[in-house]
Amino acid sequence: MRKRHWLAPAAIAAATVTGIVGCGGTGVSSEARDIIVLGESQELGDFSPMMGYGQQGVSPIYEALLRPGADGDSRVPDLVPALATDTPKRITERVWRLPLRTGVTFSDGSAFDSADVVATYRAVRDPQVASEIATDFAPIVDVTADGPDAVTVRMNTEADPSPYLLLGIAPSETIEAAPAAEWALNTQPVGTGPYQLDSLQPDQAVLVARDGYWGAAPQVTRLVYTFAPDDNTRAQRIIADEIDGANLPPKLAGSLEGREGVSVMAVKSADWRGVSLPSTNAFTADVAARRAMNLAVDRTAVVRDVLAGRGEPASTPIASVYGPAYNPDAQFSFDIDQAAQILDAAGWRPGPDGVRARGGDRASFTLLYNAEDTLRRDLAVAFAAAMTPLGIEVDPRGTSWDEIDTRLDSDAVLLGGGSTPYSIDSQVYDPLHSRVPDSSPYSNPGDFTAPGLDALLDAARQSAPGPANDARYREIQTVYESAPSAVYLAFLHHTYAARSDGWTHDAPILEPHSHGVAWGPWWNLPSWRSDAS
Amino acid sequence: MTLTRPSTPTTANTASVGGETGPRRRDRERLQVTVRLLGRRLLLAIPTVGLVSLGIFAIAAASPFDPLSAHLGADFQSATQSQREAVSDAYDLDQNWFEAWLHWWGHLVTGDFGWSSTRSQPVAQVIAERLPFTLGMASAALLSAAVISVILGAVVGMRRGGLVDRSVTALAAMLAATPPFVISLLLVSVFAVSLGAFPTSGARRPGDPYTVEGILTHAVLPYIALTVSMIPWLLLTMRSAVVEAVASDAVRAARARGISGWVLLRGHVVPVSVLPTLALLGTRLPELIAGAAIVETVFGWPGLAEALVDSAVALDFPLLAALAVGSAVLVLAGSALSDAAAVWIDPRIGMRA
Repeated sequence: MRKRHWLAPAAIAAATVTGIVGCGGTGVSSEARDIIVLGESQELGDFSPMMGYGQQGVSPIYEALLRPGADGDSRVPDLVPALATDTPKRITERVWRLPLRTGVTFSDGSAFDSADVVATYRAVRDPQVASEIATDFAPIVDVTADGPDAVTVRMNTEADPSPYLLLGIAPSETIEAAPAAEWALNTQPVGTGPYQLDSLQPDQAVLVARDGYWGAAPQVTRLVYTFAPDDNTRAQRIIADEIDGANLPPKLAGSLEGREGVSVMAVKSADWRGVSLPSTNAFTADVAARRAMNLAVDRTAVVRDVLAGRGEPASTPIASVYGPAYNPDAQFSFDIDQAAQILDAAGWRPGPDGVRARGGDRASFTLLYNAEDTLRRDLAVAFAAAMTPLGIEVDPRGTSWDEIDTRLDSDAVLLGGGSTPYSIDSQVYDPLHSRVPDSSPYSNPGDFTAPGLDALLDAARQSAPGPANDARYREIQTVYESAPSAVYLAFLHHTYAARSDGWTHDAPILEPHSHGVAWGPWWNLPSWRSDAS
Repeated sequence: MTLTRPSTPTTANTASVGGETGPRRRDRERLQVTVRLLGRRLLLAIPTVGLVSLGIFAIAAASPFDPLSAHLGADFQSATQSQREAVSDAYDLDQNWFEAWLHWWGHLVTGDFGWSSTRSQPVAQVIAERLPFTLGMASAALLSAAVISVILGAVVGMRRGGLVDRSVTALAAMLAATPPFVISLLLVSVFAVSLGAFPTSGARRPGDPYTVEGILTHAVLPYIALTVSMIPWLLLTMRSAVVEAVASDAVRAARARGISGWVLLRGHVVPVSVLPTLALLGTRLPELIAGAAIVETVFGWPGLAEALVDSAVALDFPLLAALAVGSAVLVLAGSALSDAAAVWIDPRIGMRA
């Protein structure tokens, strides 16, 4: 590379000469239309299912046994066959069988069969691989081959295995008995999906539609991810028509609204934010105080002011997208007078400094948030402000996860969740159940519960989906409302800006916590059809 | 920039004749002194690099950053205790920093830079892919910032208190207080978005391979941003050095002898005042890296500076140590070279220092 020899004048001179050529975007020829360029905020690489890539069965490179399918983001998507030819069929208690698609090849030319499924599922739970998404597959006991063209999945409950069958399948030959970050698959991904990686450099990854894909050939034949970590830069690149889309924070996305050729969309997610409360603080340990705080937050105002309207109020981790399992009658409504009455009745009276106290205990606590996360900061500040009129002193403080880890007993924390929303059990059990052995320290850190809540959660986990379980989940919300363990604030909508004029494509679907340009309107690229053809 | 050299040959000769005698012998002596200085610095650098690397491992281990949260990323919150242990074991996160340091040197002497866990690549490959971008951008920016600062600093220093001096000094102070990302975003919104003259970010048109013209067009805005962010402190140092030199007895004596203008500047002011600026140049490398990290982030420039920051946050020891020790070596080399240049240029400096 000759770049070190640049001299300033040379650079400027050359730039002036080539500036007109290089400024890109405008005057794209008609063949260039089947290219989509997306601004990626995350570092490029790590294209391995073990690193959480292609989570929830959504990826241009990999396919899972099932994939999500829905006509929009207003409900939990159906999980429909992808590499399996049918949905799982229960063969005996807790054991399910899936027939596999035959004649499918990976992008390296090797044939897909049950051994690949078995190897991939074994690896993701292998402690030696230490996959960051290992816990997402906890309900699966094992996956075994039933001949080359079928697998059986053994579960530890009666629950439907479908939400756990969304792991991207890699060829068994690429599986390594080494930490996931050291796998060759990260930079040389091999999957059965419609695209394969063509080139990967620090600033750009190019995916191309591959020959030999078993499904319909996509019209978008080239997909370019260009690395643009800075939010403002991504927004400006969309304005300058250098990229066709990016994910943006809500307010920045809003600022692009109404621009020629740019469409801004907000996609629903089960990605929640809420405040966990500590057990060693006398105030937050009082269930009356927790109820009062839940009533004293104007969640609609939080969504409007902090999230720029891109979200919806949350009282529990169950969002309205869960349809029949959602209980609209068990939501907290904003009622500061009732909150004050509850606190008065519980003996928390306003002290001389305006902060309520009972005996020697003050209604005061610190609320920690990860300092790198501006959204959590804004929510923490908004929550603290909402508590002030009630005589509760909340001190929001940004810090590192390292410190938060050690202060879960004594301080409140602004938490988020919803990484596996297609299983309502994964969405609800850990945050609401009292502490269980070997769970995340962030699952219900205060170890609070309501009478009968654990039994209901356990019963729901053990049961097959259906109206009876939906009723259980509705009851869970009612019981939780009587003795809340935390203060859930909002579900986020993920915001994207896209230049997609001239294309027709599937509407976005309900998204998990982690998202990016693999989601949004681009979640199902083979569905993109040019209006011209 | 108007000060090109129209009549250099003759005036330069007069200046040197007026200043000193016996230039050949003195040149040889100074060369010896310079070489001896460089040799001594090289010997000193070996233990220094060892200590610096030890310090990097110790400080990184004592930092509030949790490698576990970096490894688990968005899944940190949902990871169970046993999963946390699996990750710790797999990536040796509990390794004592001193052991990690020994380990690192052990591999380094065999030519193995190790594996970067933040980039999922061998460290050598990370550096090979990104170093040319950072080196090219930083050295071009540093060079032009130095040239502009020395020239402009000399001009305004000679005219101390004048309108030009006051406005340039005020502007430099203002720029010094402006964070590089503000300059960067301003440049992007004016030149890239409003005028459409340059691309906003990256190092090529999305989808294209690297081309010389692509890299050059994409380099212009980050190059300007980085240059502008380095000019203020260089310029102000140069200016105050010139002001000091102008007030010195030597220059007043020269003025008394009737020497003025370009000859005075080149023969009497610049040799004395360039030195502090040069010395500064060698030691301001950390600021250059910090500025480059911000500029690289805003412009999506695929350089190393951002990788350095990421590796520090994630305690990616192999990459962090390689980059930090590399920067330390550059700082040492930079200061040794600027001192050597000082010895070379300034006959008053002996080898005592």
